Amino acid sequence: MTSRPELQAPPEIFYNDDEARKYTSSSRIIDIQAKLSERAVELLALPEDGVPRLLLDIGCGSGLSGESLTEYGHQWIGLDISESMLSIALEREVEGDLMLGDMGQGLGLRPGVIDGAISISAVQVSFSTPFFKEFCYVKDAISKGNDPLTQNLHCWLCNADKSSHDPRLRLKAFFGSLYRSLARGARAVLQVYPENLAQRELILGFAMRSGFSGGVVVDFPHSTKKRKEYLVLTCGPPSLSSATPKGKAEDGESCSDEESSGDEQNQSVYVADRNRPRKKQKLNKKGKGREWVMRKKEQMRRKGNTVPLDTKYTARKRKARF
Amino acid sequence: MRLLTHNMLSSNIKGVTNGFPLLIEAEKVVEKAVDFNEDFLKNMFAKIEWKALVDASKTMGYAELPDNVESSMLDSDEFLQKFHHALLELHLEEGALVCPETGRKFPVSKGIPNMLLHEDEV
Repeated sequence: MTSRPELQAPPEIFYNDDEARKYTSSSRIIDIQAKLSERAVELLALPEDGVPRLLLDIGCGSGLSGESLTEYGHQWIGLDISESMLSIALEREVEGDLMLGDMGQGLGLRPGVIDGAISISAVQVSFSTPFFKEFCYVKDAISKGNDPLTQNLHCWLCNADKSSHDPRLRLKAFFGSLYRSLARGARAVLQVYPENLAQRELILGFAMRSGFSGGVVVDFPHSTKKRKEYLVLTCGPPSLSSATPKGKAEDGESCSDEESSGDEQNQSVYVADRNRPRKKQKLNKKGKGREWVMRKKEQMRRKGNTVPLDTKYTARKRKARF
Repeated sequence: MRLLTHNMLSSNIKGVTNGFPLLIEAEKVVEKAVDFNEDFLKNMFAKIEWKALVDASKTMGYAELPDNVESSMLDSDEFLQKFHHALLELHLEEGALVCPETGRKFPVSKGIPNMLLHEDEV
């Protein structure tokens, strides 16, 4: 997989005109975004009374996700930091109103007016600066010593760091304003690709501190390619209707990979790395028999791939020239 | 940007206590037809700040909205049509939104307001 955009440049610079156009013209990306948006709207659990709602699309980009909202019949307001992406949204004549803004500066909406919020692949982009890792490392170093090296680091930190870039302050501003702008009982569903566990825990932590209840829904947790994570946050006290929904797994079964966090300090966050340790295959000089093939096919099925049926011809010995 | 969105926006500048409503400087207003949906209007009615909507629509050139409203007026189709027109069909294409406390202008270009705050306003 190519390097993450958020590690190359801040979103307003990375998503320039060329990148924005590339992003929006790829049919694969359009398809993925549509699926993610539909799933996010599903997780919003809006009442099924046919009444259109006013929703927020955070990091709406070129309007791919917003179009799903329109298809469901809702009105929406989209926010994004990249002018290039918004221009493309204008070209596509999306129905929602667009705003140029930075979610880390706060949303700037009146309290209790939004019926639901979605964010597709945008939250981690806004709160992952390349400086962040160095930031953590440097803060640790400073707290430990007074030697010239840490003095230099300290100078660098003071000059390079502007509090407006501090991811922590941005997260606080974002979640605080999001909580305020949502109506009571409304939900925010944020689809994220967290860089690592620390980042996901950080984001979730700030959400909880702002008053949200909820947790993480993971779809297809066992597949590295298909795995998707959604932060489902509810505005208001946890209740039966706001219990975290179950994630999807292969064969359509629900899998209980969610956890719900209350307002208490204890949070159990499902811990799973995107990198799975490689299984060590035993070296079998006799070649791979039927058993091995059947086992592999079963694995593929579990992942959700289409696999040919098992017949008497499966793993049958072929002629030598094969 | 429609008045629906304008009615939700508030000035986010540090230190501002009452940033709502943003004043509108309208340079170019466009009307676009939108499908009428009664349920949506009735649902939104409770959330809309009516005075702000009336003032804003007057700035945009539409003065048909009554100044005082009661929920009983929602039964009148004529009222709903006016409400619908003001809320969803008037677009501010070019102009600016002004913070009522600091006077700081948020420019609106091609219908998109630029709400990015400067370093010192966060």
